[in-house]
Amino acid sequence: MMTNLDLTEEQQAIRDTVRRYAREKIAPRAAELDASAEFPRETVKELAEMGIFGIGFPEDEGGMGGDTLSYILAVEELSRVDGSHGITLAAHCSLGVWPIYAFGTPEQKAKYMPKICAGEYLSSFGLTEPEAGSDAGGTRTTAVLDGDQWVINGSKQFITNATHAGVLVITARTDLEAKRSHGISAFLLETDAPGFSLGKKEDKLGLRASDTRALVFEDCRIPKDALLGEEGHGFPIFMKTLDGGRISIAALALGIGQGALDEAATYSMERKQFGRRICDFQMIQTYLADMHTELTAARHLTYHAARLKDAGRRHVIESAMAKYFASTAAMKATCLAIQIHGGYGYTKDYPVERYFRDAKLCEIGEGTSEIQRIVIARELLKMHAD
Amino acid sequence: MKIVVCMKPVPSSEARINIASDGRSIDPTDVEMVANPYDEYAVEEALRIKEARGEGEVIVLTVAAEAARSEIRKCLAMGVDRGVIVQDPALLGGDGIGTARVLAAVIRELEPELVLCGKLSIDVESDVVGIALAEYLDWPHVSLATKIEWPDGKMAKVQREIEGGAEIVEVSLPAVVTAEKGLNEPRYASLKGIMAAKRKPIEAVTPSVDAGQVGAAGAGVEIVAMNPPPARGGGKKFEGEIEEVVPQVVELLKSEAKIL
Ligand SMILES: Cc1cc2nc3c(=O)[nH]c(=O)nc-3n(C[C@H](O)[C@H](O)[C@H](O)COP(=O)(O)OP(=O)(O)OC[C@H]3O[C@@H](n4cnc5c(N)ncnc54)[C@H](O)[C@@H]3O)c2cc1C
Repeated sequence: MMTNLDLTEEQQAIRDTVRRYAREKIAPRAAELDASAEFPRETVKELAEMGIFGIGFPEDEGGMGGDTLSYILAVEELSRVDGSHGITLAAHCSLGVWPIYAFGTPEQKAKYMPKICAGEYLSSFGLTEPEAGSDAGGTRTTAVLDGDQWVINGSKQFITNATHAGVLVITARTDLEAKRSHGISAFLLETDAPGFSLGKKEDKLGLRASDTRALVFEDCRIPKDALLGEEGHGFPIFMKTLDGGRISIAALALGIGQGALDEAATYSMERKQFGRRICDFQMIQTYLADMHTELTAARHLTYHAARLKDAGRRHVIESAMAKYFASTAAMKATCLAIQIHGGYGYTKDYPVERYFRDAKLCEIGEGTSEIQRIVIARELLKMHAD
Repeated sequence: MKIVVCMKPVPSSEARINIASDGRSIDPTDVEMVANPYDEYAVEEALRIKEARGEGEVIVLTVAAEAARSEIRKCLAMGVDRGVIVQDPALLGGDGIGTARVLAAVIRELEPELVLCGKLSIDVESDVVGIALAEYLDWPHVSLATKIEWPDGKMAKVQREIEGGAEIVEVSLPAVVTAEKGLNEPRYASLKGIMAAKRKPIEAVTPSVDAGQVGAAGAGVEIVAMNPPPARGGGKKFEGEIEEVVPQVVELLKSEAKIL
């Protein structure tokens, strides 16, 4: 079904291992986890033991030595049975670990990389604030140097994995005079820092077994050397982080959409109406064909972006296109999957309504579809101006 | 302990099988191959024996074409130390007896204390290789193992499935044991294992065997034709009260289906 993707033997082995684990261990519990909105500690622990949380990072830094595409395949396969597991992995690797890997000092990396790659604890990325969502440059959280400590005040909103994180990458304004994006810096904050607390845990439409919550900083003190990258460089750090992260949200969308298509195709061959299997009706075939075509196109965009990242090439527009296209395709595929299931698809007796609810996040997180098109247009106009 | 596990790549049980144009073999195009599931139990058991003893070597041995290296690599990813492959075309394409002769020739060189095989391979299901191998080695064998214990570390105490019960057999080494479902639950390859597998050796060997007894040339069994299974006929639907329907079904199972 998914041939000719030119995956290496190693990428295939990783995909197959994660696929088998997801089918055998996660799929049977996905509905129950969705209903209880319970974080899947057991399976997350087992996945950590498999090495999945450090999959795309070099071995000498504590990772598994796989490439970005291997990691993307893992997110896709998890999401194919349960998006909550998919986003947990995606947010950890792309948003929590990657900025430390890419911008951390040797000391910072030595301190955190082995632990977060082994999944001893998770790592999260705190960018979004109540007043700064799409407009992340509008960050209001502040960090002021007091002797050899930074004093942080403010809050963050919708932070994935925060409950289970040992370290957070956060952004705060260090130059209160500077215009917008220029005065922002990035920090590494250990979750036992004085003055730090977890805020509201969100009760979400979908991805309910993933952890999403607010962060609160009240005169929170962290050491001076907890600065990540240079002072005032927080904006480029998180922009680069999101360029990679968007590929993982594309993979999340792709997995969810593929999971819905798998369900719909199977159901359409079993359900009979008017004395025929519903997959024999041309209209149902049209739906299945559209889903497959769009998801295949999304897969190519996504893997292409991952391969560019692996090659160290610029991938700003490719990541944005992959995320935008894959999330649109997933939304449509999950919607059609319910349609193909008829009334049964609207109930919790079948998983497609969960896929539908889960898919919606892909059009919102790590930059909404509107923001992706702003990025795509900006990049393409730049190309045309050259 | 040095353990050799014999592993055959087979089409995945989920693969859609097409018959090749020669009418006598499976068309390999786009067929997903996997390690024979019973051989996976054997691999798992070998790894457990090695882990319990804290020493030893597990070698996976395959008689198949070059492409089989990817299934060998999957075993290496599970933790097997190295692979040995016999890929000389003259030695392939035989029947189970020929394969057993080739395996025996390689195993004599490797000198393991224990050989583990699957009870059968899910593609041809001829159930002969493990046992014939033991004969050619002139070693004892225990087939259909569901449990292997080591009371004194030397003799293996093997539980095997027999009709209506289980039999417990003690066997001295060297020996061949074939794995039945239930022996264990094969592990997932860890990602670390997958990355490490790249660096583990797979050695191609050509054992010296009597060419007339192995490969296609030496096969005693000839596949004359392969046909897809007949299309399933329509089912029979019984309607009415359970009390009435059940006797009807039982009667037909006796008289028509003849399975009771
Ligand atoms: C489940 C979940 C997990 C998340 N995880 C994280 C995380 O780990 N870390 C983190 O930092 N954040 C996280 N987020 C936050 C997420 O990135 C933001 O929700 C997202 O960027 C949108 O911001 P907002 O919610 O404030 O919406 P807003 O920015 O208020 O947007 C509202 C609407 O206005 C539109 N809009 C805004 N600006 C423009 C414009 N210029 N042109 C056109 N339309 C525009 C938007 O597209 C959207 O439709 C998560 C969110 C969710 C729901």
